[in-house]
Amino acid sequence: MLKTFKKGGVHPHENKFSANSPIQPIDPPQKIFVPLSQSLGAPSKPVVKKGDEVKAGDILATGESFISSYLHSPVSGKIENIDDFIDVSGYRKPAIFIEVTGSEWNASVNLSDELKEDITLEGASIIQKVKEMGVVGLGGATFPTHVKLMIPQGKKAELLIINGVECEPYLTSDHRLMLEKPREIITGTRILMKALGVTRAIIGIENNKPDAINLLSKHASSYPGIEVCPLRVKYPQGGEKQLIQALTGREVPSGKLPIEVGCIVQNVGTAFAVYQAVQKNRPLVERVVTVTGTNVLHPSNFLVKIGTPVSALLEKAGWQPEKAGKVIAGGPMMGKALLNADVPIVKGTSGILVLNGKESLRPKVQPCIRCAQCVSACPMGLEPYYLARVSEVEKFDLAENGAILDCIECGSCQYICPSARPLLDHIRLGKLKVNQIIRSRNQ
Amino acid sequence: MNPLIVSGSPHIHGEMTIKSIMWGVVIALLPAWLAGVWFFGIGAVIVTLVSIASCVLFEFLIQKFVLKQEPTVNDGSAVVTGLLLAMNVPSSLPWWQVVIGSLVAIGIVKMAFGGLGKNLFNPALIARVFLLISFPVTMTTWPLPIESRANVFNFDGVTGPTPLGTLKTQLAMGQTVAQIKLPSYTNLLWGNIGGSFGEVSAIALIIGGIYMLYRKIITWHIPVSFILTAFIFSGILCLVNPNRYADPVFHILAGGLLIGAIFMATDLVTSPMTAWGKIIFGIGCGVFTILIRVFGAYPEGVSFAILIMNAFVPLIDRAFKPKRFGEVK
Repeated sequence: MLKTFKKGGVHPHENKFSANSPIQPIDPPQKIFVPLSQSLGAPSKPVVKKGDEVKAGDILATGESFISSYLHSPVSGKIENIDDFIDVSGYRKPAIFIEVTGSEWNASVNLSDELKEDITLEGASIIQKVKEMGVVGLGGATFPTHVKLMIPQGKKAELLIINGVECEPYLTSDHRLMLEKPREIITGTRILMKALGVTRAIIGIENNKPDAINLLSKHASSYPGIEVCPLRVKYPQGGEKQLIQALTGREVPSGKLPIEVGCIVQNVGTAFAVYQAVQKNRPLVERVVTVTGTNVLHPSNFLVKIGTPVSALLEKAGWQPEKAGKVIAGGPMMGKALLNADVPIVKGTSGILVLNGKESLRPKVQPCIRCAQCVSACPMGLEPYYLARVSEVEKFDLAENGAILDCIECGSCQYICPSARPLLDHIRLGKLKVNQIIRSRNQ
Repeated sequence: MNPLIVSGSPHIHGEMTIKSIMWGVVIALLPAWLAGVWFFGIGAVIVTLVSIASCVLFEFLIQKFVLKQEPTVNDGSAVVTGLLLAMNVPSSLPWWQVVIGSLVAIGIVKMAFGGLGKNLFNPALIARVFLLISFPVTMTTWPLPIESRANVFNFDGVTGPTPLGTLKTQLAMGQTVAQIKLPSYTNLLWGNIGGSFGEVSAIALIIGGIYMLYRKIITWHIPVSFILTAFIFSGILCLVNPNRYADPVFHILAGGLLIGAIFMATDLVTSPMTAWGKIIFGIGCGVFTILIRVFGAYPEGVSFAILIMNAFVPLIDRAFKPKRFGEVK
């Protein structure tokens, strides 16, 4: 019996069309723009100005406030402007616009592909290096990695979990990375273990990627502390709390972080980025992005410079704009639908999914028949029908008592609902309001 | 390029729909319906056709002309109500009484409370109880299995009691359980007994229940807690005084307990939402069923038991919450 999390979950069609498509680098267009706010926390502070010449790997902006991150130039070129653009959520956000002139790198970056397994840096300097190289969580939440590596006073990390689950349908960027860079990921894992001072790490991978499980197991076998654990295919297994429970049986208490149960979770992409940063002095300026969907003629995995517009990837993959209904940054369960294809790829973009017109429409909403499928599907043990209802009628005290803030917005409830009710829409609004109420109460 | 559609996640939807659930219930009811037709013949077919047609028609007419809504009869919920109502009455019930039952189920119990998903009580069960009180003679005239197969409208000479009816009247006449001639377990299992035509075949009902569990339309909680409670309660009574109280296997197989536990108590709209809520609901149904059967005036208590527990569902939903992930006590 394969391990998995205990409560709820759904199993959508996996549709991993691009699983066999090797990672191919994609050239940046003539102009790119790098948003200043790419990670959770405060936006980065620009250190370049209009007209400056930069090389790839040069620092564009610093992240010295507690939760913030460094940004580096993905290309060599000229700073054209620092101005606002419309981001995926429709807000105006500042970005650095660069005119691309070439791909000449900063001399400090080691560009060789040679594997470097010896770890020379010590704990604190690893964390400093991870910070300076702008590494953030690549699983989607983009939490700055160096902050996650600094264990709060009084807590102790005991186990590192590497998240290779990739439970979102369609996405294959982590899968391809595990197949093509397994030894780098294992080395990255060892670096993270050293930084955290832990002796054990588990790499969790869903059982629909047997090739990745075998390959990583093979390379991990020389390191007794690292174990690869296959998991049953079930969404949202890649959720931090679900993954910890699946692998260790431990439940992170409501409102607390994984460190409460001695765990730190990092994505496989992050482990690779850490390897690049620490062993090669190479900042995080590119990432693997899956471009997929029935609309796309060649579902692909691209190695993309941060700041490349989504449209450049779509054209390369052969999308059919006239048939497209939705372009989603991320997977179909938690991704964000884009207003247009001009927004740039950022550190947190794991995939671009294009749905055709008909696939993009929601089914007709019907009355709740109290079937309790949402209650069974909720991985957090909440009552989605109830939270959606009390949020809809603005009874936010009831929503708060119903633990609405525990919701991880995985979308399982809305996915399963036979009446196609917009449960998560209402719950999201409810969470927003409850958070506001709590903030004003604490003032 | 067309403007892109923007909406919140999730961007895909599962296959389950109201329609697929309702037709799933219909498929699950088919074995028991076929068994009913096998034992009770043309009468069962006529009752079914009248019941489904009138339920669908009443729903359509009320939505179109009274509530002025877009009719939603093709969601299949009225078909399920019609089928369940038919299977819960004798195959000899006059057609116009079936129509009155449909009007009560759809008009009063379902639409007057706001339509699909809003009713507090199980429509088919209220209709059944309404008919039982309004037409006590036709609702307690039970055609004999097999012998009544060819009879249409006239059932003279081919009627007899239900197993529970036999038990109740003979006990009242001072006989002990052992002296009363009850049908064999084999006949109870296959359905060769008197009763509402859809409730007789235990095996067919259980097959339907397994199908609904497989399709994830229902969960095990209500049927199992209902049946187990009835078994334990009647078992204790039987141990205390086997002359007065029938054995628990008889109580499970006879009457409407199985159709009630598998199909009526599990009605999604009128049962609780959480696992523990469902278990409490099932326990309540089991206790009330045996209480009414053993100590009440009626030989059968399943309908009343489920309706009583329906009334507690809002309270149960409030009291029994799922166990939250990482709940801090």
